[in-house]
Amino acid sequence: MHGFRIYLLQRISAMIMAPLVLLHLGVMIVVIQGGLDSAEILSRTRGSLFWGGTYGLFVLVVSVHAAIGIRVVMFEWMSFKGFKLNLVSWLVFAVLLMMGARAVYAVVA
Amino acid sequence: MQEPTDILQVDVWRGDTSGGRLVIYQVPQQLSQTILDVVTWIQREQDPQLAYRFSCRVGMCGSCAMMVNGIPRWTCRTHVQKVVQNNRLTIEPLRNLPVIKDLVCDMSEFFAKWKVAGGQFMPRKTRQDPVEPLLPDSPKRAAANAAVECINCAICYAACDVVTWNPGYLGPAALNRAWSLLNDERDSGQQARLRAIASDAGCHNCHSHANCTTYCPNELNPSASIAGLKRLAARAVFTGNL
Amino acid sequence: MMIKPHRGQPLWIAFLLHRISGLGLAIFLPFHFYLLGLALEQSETMDGLLRWSDYPLVKFAEFGLVFLLAVHMFGGLRLLALEFLPWNDRQKTLAAAAVALSFLLALGFLMRAV
Repeated sequence: MHGFRIYLLQRISAMIMAPLVLLHLGVMIVVIQGGLDSAEILSRTRGSLFWGGTYGLFVLVVSVHAAIGIRVVMFEWMSFKGFKLNLVSWLVFAVLLMMGARAVYAVVA
Repeated sequence: MQEPTDILQVDVWRGDTSGGRLVIYQVPQQLSQTILDVVTWIQREQDPQLAYRFSCRVGMCGSCAMMVNGIPRWTCRTHVQKVVQNNRLTIEPLRNLPVIKDLVCDMSEFFAKWKVAGGQFMPRKTRQDPVEPLLPDSPKRAAANAAVECINCAICYAACDVVTWNPGYLGPAALNRAWSLLNDERDSGQQARLRAIASDAGCHNCHSHANCTTYCPNELNPSASIAGLKRLAARAVFTGNL
Repeated sequence: MMIKPHRGQPLWIAFLLHRISGLGLAIFLPFHFYLLGLALEQSETMDGLLRWSDYPLVKFAEFGLVFLLAVHMFGGLRLLALEFLPWNDRQKTLAAAAVALSFLLALGFLMRAV
């Protein structure tokens, strides 16, 4: 039953992310005009509860989604099992969550 | 019988549980020749040791299923003209199943998974009870009927890459059968069957490659059945029934 | 690397594209997060690295990333519909539409990037 619940978590994280990804694609298409400038980006994100909340949620959900995705690939294509499989999954989740949270904090603080 | 005009070069996998290799045979072409005709000719004229399975030879039983140029097919229903490339053919035993000898594979695990997935019909009524009326076009019966024609030929199982990458996976045929029975109003074993298809070997492993649907000679759609299983199982999880 | 014959059909290719895009994005993300994290204390380093995005090759790589994200998402939406909505027979059409839409979106990005 464990496997089916992980599958459901993957699908739920995907559903939460769909509008966030659409937003992010939109932001990228808008922002890229005229080149990337850190001052320009940060002036919009610094102190913004909206950007912090939205991208904070994005980071949390993508960490779950990517970790489960990598888990399945490691199981099917690298034959990882048991402890090794769980270790890799949790590592991916932790690394993405920590680096992502730091990134969100960096542009919002 | 027409005089043969061309010679086919046919690579046939020969071997057993300890291993094997492709062996080349020169086979005369015949009018309306099928792959099963080719294999039969080789066994009769070239090598009586060649082991292969067939039964009805008219596309009803599924016994003659083999890999033809890398695609799983019923060899009795595959015309040489449709698949031959530069006068060459490659014939191998079905993928994802252990080989017994040459083109014969061991179907035990395929049938075992059928049972594990809840493939056996569990009646609620006995012969003492009145016959239960079943509406043929109720949505559940329509769903059951759409999946019911499986003859267990294992072509979908051979085509499925999730079976290749995850040997414990129940596979398209077993899950398609479970879907058919889960939609059968007469069956009483639904709880156990639901647990089976939502187990670690169950439906969530399917990545919708749809190789099963693509190659099923009976034009069944295990991909759709498995998607249905996912919905059933998800609903059961969220209503606390699983 | 030759793709085996039984894998050549469109929906398997759609699966492969979905898996490769997912892997690509998962590998890209740590670098992406690292770059953004530089804004915290090393904004000059960040600006220096952002100047790489002026190069055409980098712009093309970004176009590739936008395509990967879009195709993974639209392909994923097709899968969510396949799994949670009643069966639709037009999976090949939907898969093609997902790729086409993603390509157009990525192209829109590229047009603004150059």
